Amino acid sequence: MIPELGHFALCLATGLALVQWLVPTAGAVTRRWRWAAVAQPAAVGQFIFVAFAFAALTYAFIVKDFSVAYVAANSNSELPLMYRISAVWGAHEGSLLLWALMLSVWTLAVSVSARRLPSDVGAIVIATMGAVSVAFLLFTILTSNPFERLIPAAADGNDLNPLLQDPGLIIHPPMLYMGYVGFSVAFSFAIAALITGRLDTAWARWTRPWTTTAWLFLTIGIALGSWWAYNELGWGGWWFWDPVENASFMPWLVGTALIHSLAVTEKRGLLKSWTVLLAISAFALSLLGTFLVRSGVLVSVHAFATDPQRGVFVLAIFTFFVAGSLLLYALRAGKFQSSAGGIALFSREGLLLLNNVFLTVAALAVLLGTLYPLFVDALGGGKLSVGPPYFNAVFVPLTIPLVVLVGLASAVSWKRGKMERVRSQLWLPGAIAASLAVVAAVVAGGQWMAVGLAVLLGVWAIATALYDPVKTVLGRSRVKLGRAAWGMSLAHIGLGIFVIGVGIVSAASIEKDVRLNIGETESLGGYDFTFMGVREAPGPNYTARIGAVEAARGGQTFAELAPEKRLYPSQQNPMTEASTHILPWRDVYVSLGEPLEDGDVRGAWSLRLYVKPFIRWIWLGSFLMALGGGIAASDKRYRLAGRKAVPALDNTAAAQ
Amino acid sequence: MLAVGALVLGVGAAVALALTAFNQNLMYFYSPSEVLAGDAPEQARIRVGGIVEDGSFVRDPNSLRVDFRLADCDVAVAVTYTGILPDLFREGQGIIAMGNMDGDIFAADEVLAKHDENYMPPELVESLKDKQGTSCMPVAAT
Amino acid sequence: MNAKRLAPLAIVLALIAVFGVGLTLKPGEIPSPLIGKPAPTFELPVLGQPDQLLTLDTVTRQVSLLNVWGSWCIACRVEHPLLMQLAADNVVPIYGLNWKDEPTAAQRWLQRHGDPYVASGQDLAGNVAIDYGVYGAPETFLIDKAGIIRHKHIGPITEDALNNTLLPMIRELQAAS
Repeated sequence: MIPELGHFALCLATGLALVQWLVPTAGAVTRRWRWAAVAQPAAVGQFIFVAFAFAALTYAFIVKDFSVAYVAANSNSELPLMYRISAVWGAHEGSLLLWALMLSVWTLAVSVSARRLPSDVGAIVIATMGAVSVAFLLFTILTSNPFERLIPAAADGNDLNPLLQDPGLIIHPPMLYMGYVGFSVAFSFAIAALITGRLDTAWARWTRPWTTTAWLFLTIGIALGSWWAYNELGWGGWWFWDPVENASFMPWLVGTALIHSLAVTEKRGLLKSWTVLLAISAFALSLLGTFLVRSGVLVSVHAFATDPQRGVFVLAIFTFFVAGSLLLYALRAGKFQSSAGGIALFSREGLLLLNNVFLTVAALAVLLGTLYPLFVDALGGGKLSVGPPYFNAVFVPLTIPLVVLVGLASAVSWKRGKMERVRSQLWLPGAIAASLAVVAAVVAGGQWMAVGLAVLLGVWAIATALYDPVKTVLGRSRVKLGRAAWGMSLAHIGLGIFVIGVGIVSAASIEKDVRLNIGETESLGGYDFTFMGVREAPGPNYTARIGAVEAARGGQTFAELAPEKRLYPSQQNPMTEASTHILPWRDVYVSLGEPLEDGDVRGAWSLRLYVKPFIRWIWLGSFLMALGGGIAASDKRYRLAGRKAVPALDNTAAAQ
Repeated sequence: MLAVGALVLGVGAAVALALTAFNQNLMYFYSPSEVLAGDAPEQARIRVGGIVEDGSFVRDPNSLRVDFRLADCDVAVAVTYTGILPDLFREGQGIIAMGNMDGDIFAADEVLAKHDENYMPPELVESLKDKQGTSCMPVAAT
Repeated sequence: MNAKRLAPLAIVLALIAVFGVGLTLKPGEIPSPLIGKPAPTFELPVLGQPDQLLTLDTVTRQVSLLNVWGSWCIACRVEHPLLMQLAADNVVPIYGLNWKDEPTAAQRWLQRHGDPYVASGQDLAGNVAIDYGVYGAPETFLIDKAGIIRHKHIGPITEDALNNTLLPMIRELQAAS
C-alpha cells in the first residue's frame, strides 16, 4: 500500500510542478501578479509530495519490501540498515527520485527567499525550476518508476552493489546531486534575466549566494568521490579521469568560472551575457552529467539505444532546456547593456576574465576528451578511449597560470591596477613561496622540479590569500573584511593546499607490487612492510579475508595494517578494502592482492604497497574551498541587496 | 586592445595544447584477431579486449608475472603481465588489457575487469557481432 | 540577434544530433520463417543427466522459452543475468539448447554463471539447431503449449526486448491457455 501511495504522491507532485511552471509564467507574461503568486504555494506543495514519495521508497527499503522491483534489485535481507537507506539512491530509479527531492528542496529555499525579489523575477525563477521538476518527475514516472511491483514478490533481494556499500558513498551522491541540482537556481535566474531583460548589480547579488552554495556542494561531492575511490578501489589513486568523474568535474569548472564572472557582473556591471551563458552551461553540463552517468551512454552510445524510451526522453529533456535556453539567449542577450568602458587587462576584472578563459578552456578540454569517443562510436568510427595522459597533459599547463592569477588578482584593484600596490603587497608572499619551494626541492631530491613547482604555486596562493586577513587581524586595515572576503581567502588557501597535495602526490608517490610469504619483509621508501598472514572473518553480509601487515621505520613498528578482501555471497563479487596509516604529510597504504599458491589463504599473497606523501592535503584543500564558499555565501550583503530592490520594482508593477 | 590580443593568444595556445595532447593520447581498441592480423600500429599503446582462455593462465612461482591467452571467436593472443590482477580476473572472464605488442606477445601494463561477474567489454561484444547482430562461433569449440 | 550569440545554440544542436544518431543505431531484426509454425521435434540427452531425454513434449507442457547457448558463446553472457532474473522470478520455464558444446565445459559454465534452465539439451552435432534455423548464439524461441513458435529473438536478450516484447507475449499466451 505504501509504495502505491508513494507513486500517487509522485503523480500529484508532477501536477503541482506543472502548475508551478505554467501559472506563474503566464502571470509574469500577462502581468497578473495573483497568478505569479501561485508559484510559492505550488512549490511548497510539490516539495511535500516529493518528500512523501521519497519517504515511501525509503520505508520500502527499511521494511525489506521485496515485492517492489527496485527494492528487490538493490537490497537484500542481510544488508545493514545504513546501507538499506543509502540503497534508495543506489541505482537509476531511486537516484532520479533523489534528484527530484533535491530540486524541490532548492525550489522551497528559493521560494522562501523570493519574497525579497521583484515579483516577476521571483515568479519566473520558481516557474523555471517548476519546468525542470516536471521534466524529471515525468521521466521518473513514465520510464523509471521506482515503485513498480514485482509479481510474484522476490523471496530475497539481489543486494546492493558491494562497491556502493561504503560510508563515503552514502553521502557522496546526495552531495553531488545537491551541486548539480543547485545550478538549476543560477540557470533559472539566467532565464529570468533573459525574459525580463534586466540584468544588473541586484541580479548578480541574488544569484551569487545560490551559485556559490551549489558549487560548494559539488566540491564536497567530488572530493568525497575521490576519497572513496582512494579507499575502496585499492589502486591508491585519487582521480582517474574516468568519464563518470569528468561528468561531475565539467560543471564544477564552469561553476567556478561562473562564481568569478558573477563577481565582475556585480562589481562592474560587465560580462553580462557571458555570465548568463555560463549559468546556462553549468546547468547544461549538470544535466549531461546526470544523464550520461545514469543512462550508460558513457560505456557505449549503443547502451542508449538498448533502452530507446529512456534515451529519447533524456534527449528531449536536454534539447528542451539547453537548446531552448540558448535560443532565448540568442534572441535576448543583445539587450544587456554592459557598463561603459572596456576591460583593461591589468585590472581585477581583466584578470578574472583571464581566469574565466582558462577555466572554460579546461572544461572544454574535458568535454572533448569525454565525448569524443562517444562521437566516433556514434558515427561508426570504431572504439577508442582517451587516456589519462591527455587530461594530465592539458590540465597541468592550464592550472599553473590559474594559480598564478589567483595571487596576482588579489593585489590588483578593480578598473585599473597599480604596479606599486602589486609590488608592495606581493613581494612578501612571493619571497615566502620561493624560499619554501627551494627548501621543498632540496628535501624532495629526485623529483625536485615538480615538488618545487607545486610548493611554489601552492604557497603563493596561500600567502597571497592570507594578506588581507592577516592585515585585518593585526589591525592595520582600514576596511573591515566582509564574510565574502573571508570566504574567498579561505577558498584560495584551500586551492593552494590542494595544489601542494596534488603536485607532491603526483611527483613523489612510490609504489610496489610484491609477492610476500608469511614473515617476509619488503622495503619501500624507507618503510619496512612485514606480511604476517591472512585470516578469515565473517562480516554482517560478507566474509572477509583480513591481512596483517606490520609497517616499520628504522626498526620501530608504528602500525599494524589490516587490508581486507571482502566477498559478498549474494553477488560473488570480491571487494578490496585498503588499509592506511595516516600522518599529515604522508599515507602508508597497503592493499591485498590475491593468494598466489592455488588460492591457498595461508600461502604467499600479492600485495600493493604505497607511500603517498601529502595526499590528505588534496581533500583538506577541497574541504577548505567548500567551507570558504559557505562563508562567502552567508555574507550579509546578499540578503540586504534584495530588500532594497523590492519596493522600487513592485511599485512599478503595481502602477501598471 | 591589449586585453583582446592577450586573450586570443591565451585561448589559441591552450587550444593548440589540448589538441596536441589529444592526438597523442587516443587509445584504440582492438580485438585479438585484429591484433594478430597486424592491424594495430606497432609499439602504440592500445587496448585489447577478450576472454581469458580456459586453461591458459600460468603464474610464475617466484614473481608477480602471469601469462595467459586472450581469446575472441577466432584466435587467442598470448598476454604477459607483471603485477596484481583485478579482483574479478579469472579464466573465462571478459577483460581489457592495455599495453603494446612485443613480437607475438602482448605486453600488458594494465589489466581491467569490471565489477560484474558477467561483464563483457562492450567493445568486445560489438566486435564479436557479425552482420546479423549475433555472436560468432569460436574455432576452439569442438 | 547576431551570429556570435547563435554559436552556442548551433554547437549544442550539433551535439544533440550526434546523440540522435547514436540512438537510431539499432541492430537489424530478421524475421524467421518458423514463426507461427510448429516447433521441430527433438530428443536430446539432458546436460548433466545424459541418461534422461529432453523432448519437445516436455517443453510444451507450459508456455516456454527455448534458449540457444554455449559455453563458448561470448554474447550469451550478456543476456545471462536477465535469464537468471527471469528464472528467479518464476515467470516462464526456460529450456536450454546447448549448442555444439563440450558437456563438461557447459556444466562448468553454468556453475560459474548460474543455471537459469529447467533443463538443457545437449545438441553436440548441432542438428537440432539446424532444424530451428539457428545461425548464431544466443537465440531465443518462444513456444506455446500447442508447440507453435510464437517469437524468435536473435542475439542477446535486452532489458527492452524482454519488457516490451517477450514478457507481454508470454503473459498473453499464459492467459490464453
